Amino acid sequence: MIADALAALADPTRRQVFELVAERPSPVGQVADRLPVSRPAVSQHLRVLRQAGLVQEERIGTRHVYRLDTAGLEILRAYFESFWERSLAAFKGAVEQVNRPEPSDPPTAEEAP
Amino acid sequence: MTTGTDTTTVRRSVVVDVPVERAFLFFTQDIGKWWDPNHHLLGEPLAEMVFEPRVGGSIIDRGVNGTESRWSTVLAYDPPTHVAFSWSINLQWQIESDLTKASEVHVTFTAQGESRTLVELEHRHLDRHGPGWESMRDAVGAPNGWNLEPFAQAVIAV
Repeated sequence: MIADALAALADPTRRQVFELVAERPSPVGQVADRLPVSRPAVSQHLRVLRQAGLVQEERIGTRHVYRLDTAGLEILRAYFESFWERSLAAFKGAVEQVNRPEPSDPPTAEEAP
Repeated sequence: MTTGTDTTTVRRSVVVDVPVERAFLFFTQDIGKWWDPNHHLLGEPLAEMVFEPRVGGSIIDRGVNGTESRWSTVLAYDPPTHVAFSWSINLQWQIESDLTKASEVHVTFTAQGESRTLVELEHRHLDRHGPGWESMRDAVGAPNGWNLEPFAQAVIAV
């Protein structure tokens, strides 16, 4: 699966197609308008990206809209949400502790372990 | 806290009971005093972290034997209200030198009175890490690299 995705993105044009779709869900024509390649070529690239599990196709009326396949992104988001939640809590604990005046301690107390 | 529409950004915030200048300086200059010491890419224990306070500077992890890991580039440095830095680590847990393939962490500090500060963090452009998100799952519990054990629950829950 990862190998498929890497292979799909090895092509620079296909990578651009992927980045445009990642930016916002788009029909084929809209992607083609922003790249110096033909519409059939963009369709072909999107097909490869879809087979690699990188983008999803959604049919809206007669249009085919492509969007990022977000299953993988959700994993990444969950990871970072948890990471920053914990890190900001640690930041709060540390900065408030250092800032708190402790009259009984000498001024260098905050440098102590 | 987060909306379902913006899938490539993670947002977190915290209120700290210190003045805004203090919050900003501690977040940057004293990053080593709050960063999880298990989170580094060195093959040796972390000795210190250095945050170079200028645009184009680096965040540097230094190991006990002197190994250095420059895993982030400072993208914005506007004390005491805003700092941004790259997350130049790819999904194989290696340094990514191409900034266009790195996600970005933007932090805003807003004074809420003389001794209280709202810290808002946005981790943007997660999609820039490209394919291979699955490897994040594989990395959980790996004996080397970052200790991701605390995050296992979050990842598994997805």
